[in-house]
Amino acid sequence: MNIELQNINKSFNGSPALRDISLTIPDGELVALLGPSGSGKTTLLRIIAGLEQSDQGSGPVRFGGENVARHNASNRQVGFVFQHYALFRHMTVFENIAFGLRVKPKNSRPAEPEIRRKVHALLNLIQLDNMANRYPSQLSGGQRQRVALARALAVEPRVLLLDEPFGALDAKVRMELRRWLRRLHDDLHVTSVFVTHDQEEALEVADRVVVMNEGRIEQFGTPDEVFHHPASRFVMNFLGNVNIFRGRTDSGKALFGPLAFDHSGEAQAYSQSAQMLVRPENVVIHRQKPAEPSMDARIVHINTAGPQVKVDLLGETGENIHALMSQERFRESGIAKNDEVFVTFQSARVFLDDYSI
Amino acid sequence: MQAQSPGIDRRPTGAGGVNSLLTEPAPVRWLLTGLALAFLALFLVIPLVSVFAQALEKGLGTYLESISEPDAWNAIRLTLLIAAISVPLNLVFGIAAAWAIAKFQFRGKSLLITLIDLPFSVSPVISGLIYVLLFGQQGWLGPWLVGHDIRIIFAVPGIVLATIFVTFPFVARELIPLMQEQGTEEEQAALLLGASGWQTFFRVTLPNVIWGVLYGVILCNARAMGEFGAVSVVSGHIRGLTNTVPLHVEILYNEYNFAAAFAVASLLALLALVTLAAKTFVEWKSNQVRALVETDAEIGENPA
Repeated sequence: MNIELQNINKSFNGSPALRDISLTIPDGELVALLGPSGSGKTTLLRIIAGLEQSDQGSGPVRFGGENVARHNASNRQVGFVFQHYALFRHMTVFENIAFGLRVKPKNSRPAEPEIRRKVHALLNLIQLDNMANRYPSQLSGGQRQRVALARALAVEPRVLLLDEPFGALDAKVRMELRRWLRRLHDDLHVTSVFVTHDQEEALEVADRVVVMNEGRIEQFGTPDEVFHHPASRFVMNFLGNVNIFRGRTDSGKALFGPLAFDHSGEAQAYSQSAQMLVRPENVVIHRQKPAEPSMDARIVHINTAGPQVKVDLLGETGENIHALMSQERFRESGIAKNDEVFVTFQSARVFLDDYSI
Repeated sequence: MQAQSPGIDRRPTGAGGVNSLLTEPAPVRWLLTGLALAFLALFLVIPLVSVFAQALEKGLGTYLESISEPDAWNAIRLTLLIAAISVPLNLVFGIAAAWAIAKFQFRGKSLLITLIDLPFSVSPVISGLIYVLLFGQQGWLGPWLVGHDIRIIFAVPGIVLATIFVTFPFVARELIPLMQEQGTEEEQAALLLGASGWQTFFRVTLPNVIWGVLYGVILCNARAMGEFGAVSVVSGHIRGLTNTVPLHVEILYNEYNFAAAFAVASLLALLALVTLAAKTFVEWKSNQVRALVETDAEIGENPA
């Protein structure tokens, strides 16, 4: 079941949290809402769930074409997983999962044996069969979050919404759980939206990523698209590390020290400020001056601990440059601290004030 | 009145469970502890013992006679009736008020909190006078009530009203911090799972605060049965009709009938002891529940 949002606006006490959001989440996909805190991603998720109301004049929220505006949170049939689990602390794991079935109106409530069968199937799915009689306080964080997920799935929701589902877990559990979620989604195919501020998590797990900033959607695309073809300076900066160079335009070119780039923007008579963004892995260090245009730099620091070697350089324009290279290439290059070298940039992106090349 | 939090002391302790680095020298400790115990004995234990000693001074026969004499018996029945009416009402009011304050945002919330505290901050005599001014013969509604032959002041309804007023904050005050601490996420989760408002309240909100509710009820009941000031103003002291236990004690005492006065008073003292025991049990029980929740962080991550 796809989710359509049209012109959603929301402000809290006059300050806007969402500005004119339109988005269609395709049926059966796992989509990440990615952004820094305060970007409006959780607000958007809560509007989909019916926990918040969009402002007057906003467009509809549709599930599979049906406008759900008149449904409140309790009859929208969404599964929701909270960052801090929100398990019912006075109920056992079994009763937590059974809750959604037990509160159904009499005529649609499954019989007790059916409830038992269903809960046990879900316990099996989350690999916690032997924990049915435990209380939430007796479980680890990762186990609790799986119970929360099973509880949400028990009512067979039309869509599954997860608010920073792994945010409260430590790094290792986080990684295991997100891979597990991905496999689970491949089995169930329920349209799912999860909120995260962790770009690595979004890029690894999601079919598509919605990058949000200041209440707007910056880009909507596959992990590959948003990472390799960022639509804006914000997206490129947010998805991974970047080196930022400041320069100016001059007669149709963007100039950064010795480097010049064509830009497709209208050549203005006056000079505009421009920024060049380069990922550290795209910084290439040469000992001899290469044929292509390059920048002079001095090596300030080398850190070989870790899977890749981190090299810090000081460019001739006075900017710090971070470079990443494999251990192998580092050994071959034979560079050392304080060496005077030349750097070139692959896949550099130039952004003017309002548009990019 | 707030229960102390069940903090677990993890400091390394020396011999005798006292970390000598973090505390005063022994003489100072003994002096302070001794002072505290002496104070307790002087102001709490001795009076309590003397109540029972005086009550039994003229023998068990007089004691039993004093509390089974018709006026005393009527006072006991009236006190139980007042508590039986006002405690359940305050239970409902208190839960409703705490629920509204802790789980919802609305205009005038701080005003409502102030109003709930009002009975704590005014003298009980004033609380009683309010009802005399409202419902008494010279009061605002007095003439109308007389015209319709409804008696509130110097009758049971007045005593009930005054008692409800005085004991109103106990349940609400106990529940508000507890409910605020628990937040609203569990309620949101219940709603999203399809539960109605009532189902959410009875299956999620109420079970989570049940020990707090009991604690509030115990305190509320103790005050309802023991209230003197406000009840004294509205009751009219009609023997056998509008005399509660505390009022009856006062009358007996004023008549120099000390043995009987202390005999009836010993019932209130007994109530206090039972209340303390029940309160301690509930505190222990709710701390146990809370401690269970607090061990959360200590259980290591070991995903299956």
